[in-house]
Amino acid sequence: MKTKRRFKTFLYHFTVLLFGFFMLYPVLWMISSSVKPPAEIFQQAASLLPSAFHWDNYVEGWKGFGSVGFDQIFRNSLFVSSMNIIGALISSSFVAFGFARLKFPLKNVLFACLIGTLMLPMQITLIPQYILFNYFGWVNTFLPLIVPAFVGGTPFFIFLMVQFIRGIPRELDEAAVIDGCSTFGIFWRIIMPLCKPVLVTVTIFAFLWSWDDFFGGLIYLNDPSLYTVGLGLASFLDSTSASSWGPLLAMATLSLVPQFIVFLFFQKYLIQGIATTGIK
Amino acid sequence: MKPSETIRAEYPPNRKTSAKWRVWKQYLVGFAFISPWLVGFLGFVIGPMIASLYYSFTDFDMLTSPNWVGLDNYITMFTNDPRFRTSITVTLLFVFVSTPIKLAFALLIAMLFNNKRKGSGFYTTLFYIPSIIGGSVAVAVMWRQLFGGQGAINDILLFFGVEGKSWIASPDHALMVLILLVIWQFGSPMIIFLAGLRQIPEDLYEAASVDGAGKFRKFLSITIPLLTPVIFFNLIMQMIGAFLVFTQAFVTTQGGPLDRTLFYALYLYERAFTNYEMGYASAMAWTLLIVIAIVTGLLFYSSKKWVFYESEKG
Repeated sequence: MKTKRRFKTFLYHFTVLLFGFFMLYPVLWMISSSVKPPAEIFQQAASLLPSAFHWDNYVEGWKGFGSVGFDQIFRNSLFVSSMNIIGALISSSFVAFGFARLKFPLKNVLFACLIGTLMLPMQITLIPQYILFNYFGWVNTFLPLIVPAFVGGTPFFIFLMVQFIRGIPRELDEAAVIDGCSTFGIFWRIIMPLCKPVLVTVTIFAFLWSWDDFFGGLIYLNDPSLYTVGLGLASFLDSTSASSWGPLLAMATLSLVPQFIVFLFFQKYLIQGIATTGIK
Repeated sequence: MKPSETIRAEYPPNRKTSAKWRVWKQYLVGFAFISPWLVGFLGFVIGPMIASLYYSFTDFDMLTSPNWVGLDNYITMFTNDPRFRTSITVTLLFVFVSTPIKLAFALLIAMLFNNKRKGSGFYTTLFYIPSIIGGSVAVAVMWRQLFGGQGAINDILLFFGVEGKSWIASPDHALMVLILLVIWQFGSPMIIFLAGLRQIPEDLYEAASVDGAGKFRKFLSITIPLLTPVIFFNLIMQMIGAFLVFTQAFVTTQGGPLDRTLFYALYLYERAFTNYEMGYASAMAWTLLIVIAIVTGLLFYSSKKWVFYESEKG
């Protein structure tokens, strides 16, 4: 009986790990190919073990394409992502507090609108937005990628925070009012400190999504010196011949490093965030 | 209840200021808090939506001012644009093939991890990794190489004695490669399923065991019915996501070969930002919205028959 159970446990872990290996194989393959000598990427394509570590791919890739190095491209992405995080944190916490706690006319209608925009494909606003930003002279600047975040551009974050704030007992607010606390005081001193977990979730998703964003950059950025990582990789792909797959894969690997780090450190919040609200 | 009463019920009255002013002040504070979103909603959502509806009836090209052409764009789309029809076909095929497989995988794996065994938390994390990085260009680049003529997949196939080819350059297989890519990213629905599975009370299964139900029977009679709200939610979210796929196709296949991966979003982008046919692209955007609305509407309608909410039991 005991051996049977042990065998079952072994079989379980074996199956899961085997399947997990297939799941992660593409990622492992990319990492290993990024240090393979160029010819090997094609000749021993399936192998996960490079015959020798060829770090030149990283050196070569870091130089980027044309006159734009990948250091510049990483800085651009980091800037856009940081601004997206700040924008998301500020706008979603204020707006969520408003919807979750305050009273004003049309509140339910407006909240229904917010929920409605959750499912709205961005193609529907894309073209007029482009025309508008073009009119503002924002094309070829980071503004179109940043400003929407400050005006609640990702309604998911607001929704997430509203749900969270609704779970905080109202007695806390009432006690604060009796103590003479203003509305802003309730928001800042009572609600926000309790919102830390959801603020972390918002931060992580704001980072992951803006880091991944390719489409926004594709439309609004023409000047290679403004390129974000997605655009940098895509134009690298266009401008390189088969011989520079090594540097391309090296930079692709590097571009995933920040996401992995964030994921590893904050997976608890990330998984909770998805489990409770179903984002992404 | 009048607004003034609700406020009095919540906060103790302050006799120094008049009741009316207090009500107004509260409204103002409320609007002040939601104002960032309100500005964004009016300026970047409602305004553009009205504009895009207007453009869809014009021949706007960004250079000259728009001329009203009535339903011309819509009529051309359905009667005189074979690529539009291709893009609809490709997208619908993609949505209706990838979504069910992805969800089936997500559920299967979630059930595998829904236990108290050591390491299931770690495994969940491991299997979620592809979804974290899924939308990035790096993954599309990687996929393109893996399924290319000299890619790793062919090496593996050769080991089993199968002659490979460039899968992403093959008109008959390119779409399949992209379907595989999105199925591979089943992490988010998996986690949502897992959360749903954990809420199913253990004693239901125990009672079923007493009645002599086998594993499969329990799955069909307990797990699936209790999970229908989660299945429904995942179905809606994944389906809408599949309708809008862009980056992966743009980087791996660019719509080719022979337009076999010309996703709707890709074709719309091409019309708008390569040809600057903003009027036509707007009409395409509205058509997309209507198609998504119809499909979601049908799902909601059908959900009355198969989605089972516990609160309705009693």
